[in-house]
Amino acid sequence: MENVSVSVKDLSLSFGAVTVLDTLNLDIKDGEFLVLLGSSGCGKSTLLNCIAGLLDVSDGQIFIKNKNVTWEEPKDRGIGMVFQSYALYPQMSVEKNLSFGLQVAKVEKTEIDRRITRAAEILQIQPLLKRKPAELSGGQRQRVAIGRALVRDVDVFLFDEPLSNLDAKLRSELRVEIKRLHQSLKNTMIYVTHDQIEALTLADRIAVMKSGVIQQLADPMTIYNAPENLFVAGFIGSPSMNFFRGELQLRDGRAFVHANGVDFDVSAYPSRGPFKAGQKVVLGVRPEHVRVDEALDGQPSHQAVVDIEEPMGADNLLWLKLAGQSMSVRIAGQRRYKPGTAVKLSFDMAVASIFDAASENRL
Amino acid sequence: MPEIAAFNAIAAGIEPEAEKVQARATLAGPRGRKPRRALSGRNIMVYGTLIVVALYYLLPLYVMVMTSLKGMPEIRLGNIFAPPLEITFEPWVKAWSSACTGLNCDGLSRGFWNSVRITVPSTLVSIAIASINGYALANWRFKGADLFFTILIVGAFIPYQVMIYPIVIVLREIGLYGSLTGLIIVHTIFGMPILTLLFRNYFAGLPEELFKAARVDGAGFWTIYFRIMLPMSMPIFVVAMILQVTGIWNDFLFGVVFTRPEYYPMTVQLNNIVNSVQGVKEYNVNMAATILTGAVPLFVYFVSGRLFVRGIAAGAVKG
Repeated sequence: MENVSVSVKDLSLSFGAVTVLDTLNLDIKDGEFLVLLGSSGCGKSTLLNCIAGLLDVSDGQIFIKNKNVTWEEPKDRGIGMVFQSYALYPQMSVEKNLSFGLQVAKVEKTEIDRRITRAAEILQIQPLLKRKPAELSGGQRQRVAIGRALVRDVDVFLFDEPLSNLDAKLRSELRVEIKRLHQSLKNTMIYVTHDQIEALTLADRIAVMKSGVIQQLADPMTIYNAPENLFVAGFIGSPSMNFFRGELQLRDGRAFVHANGVDFDVSAYPSRGPFKAGQKVVLGVRPEHVRVDEALDGQPSHQAVVDIEEPMGADNLLWLKLAGQSMSVRIAGQRRYKPGTAVKLSFDMAVASIFDAASENRL
Repeated sequence: MPEIAAFNAIAAGIEPEAEKVQARATLAGPRGRKPRRALSGRNIMVYGTLIVVALYYLLPLYVMVMTSLKGMPEIRLGNIFAPPLEITFEPWVKAWSSACTGLNCDGLSRGFWNSVRITVPSTLVSIAIASINGYALANWRFKGADLFFTILIVGAFIPYQVMIYPIVIVLREIGLYGSLTGLIIVHTIFGMPILTLLFRNYFAGLPEELFKAARVDGAGFWTIYFRIMLPMSMPIFVVAMILQVTGIWNDFLFGVVFTRPEYYPMTVQLNNIVNSVQGVKEYNVNMAATILTGAVPLFVYFVSGRLFVRGIAAGAVKG
């Protein structure tokens, strides 16, 4: 328990008859960057608000630094929070925005100045200190909002979709900056987002959430390469993983997924247990794990026809028809195919995913 | 630079600038901003209607001002639309300082000061309480808040007249009947439903994250109210002030029911002057007295009208 920073135990929250979170458990290590990822309405922001103390929980406990803070006010929890809409106080200058919380806490004037100077230095907002929030750009505003959490000298930073209001270029810039901030401060950070790129790039661990339940909690590479269930597999990755519904068949010591007349040889798949013949399964293959017109050792090839080509510069996305459904394949950008071209596809089954069709869990 | 532009143009498959200018000169047809005629049929319709309606509403005011500037002999001629032949301010002076209401003859001045003494505290107290109500209802959703709010809103739909007699009894029992304090309390209470609704909707329209950020910063109920909410809400305070000043200043019913003659507000005194039955009807004095009574809300409206519109609009967009 020593290096646990934030611990959520059996947390439940319901608004009237609607249960948003149901006996949720989560341990976050000291200095860890944890991302809560999910589509809107999955309870990720609600969970963050519970940790911040902005929402009263219905049941369960929250510990921060081994202290039970379930009934504590937000200010007594040792947290700083950054919001999607920046939430800067519009009538105060940047400096006043930063010092407001410290003034309320009756921190000494010299100490306030010292902390503001330090935060402004880290975030490079010194020239903006006298300005009002309305005179700042979106990126600058979010920097000030981060600064407001920084001056509080807290153990845990909470980010509630901090980059969602920014345009794509600023978002990627600030994303790198948040990562740099985490590397230099080494604070615990909990970060809520619906953007999988943010989640994959920033996180030490990602918690993928769906309707108030954590579907998988693991490091980004595990989440991407070995999704625990069908939801996680479909949610992570753009374009989405290709899914083929079919039936397991065992022939001549090899295993096949028979889907709509096509036999996929899945003998190379690192299965957790022995395959059962006749089991209904879903085969998932990421677009970049399919080879086009390239033989793969011990893998049969499948005939397909290019439907649409989407060149994206660095890589090229092909949409093809196979087993009566549309699927996507990612190839190098310089390899071009005209629609209507017949191609040979080979699947890298060693990195594929197979899920049970009924339970939707990984096999 | 021009050659670079030309290269770019060629690269992009566009003709270079020089050729384009030539081509442009030969192209006929509309170009640039579409011209608008000042005297289009649409403009005549819109402005014509506006002018007619404005005249229609200004006419009574014109008659009032003209009449108040005439002497009685001139009024008896009956030309109410004619401007005064001989301008006199006598009726204004009389209306203010010596017109008779019942037994005493000191004009509207006493009523004016009574109205000030009623309006100022009623407005301040009602806005102070209602803004805190609205803030608590919007941001601190306490247990039973919805029920409380519903009851308050229902209060806005009950006709005042129903409650007059019960209030008379209540004021009598607590010994405030007939006093200015009693009237101020009544005005404050009756302003509560609509003002609370106004403030609640405005505060609910402010971004909730601002409130959350302030709580994380450690600010409590009053710190958030005074340092975050109040400075952001000036437009709605102006709106509330205009509503209350005009409402309370123009009130007649409560003034006549809940006070004694020496505390009658200006509206009640105006009524007594205009409706006095003794002697001749002094139309010029009546007109002057009416304009004087109406001047205060009018003045408040003109001074803060711009803020008023802004506040209403802001509320409309966000609420």
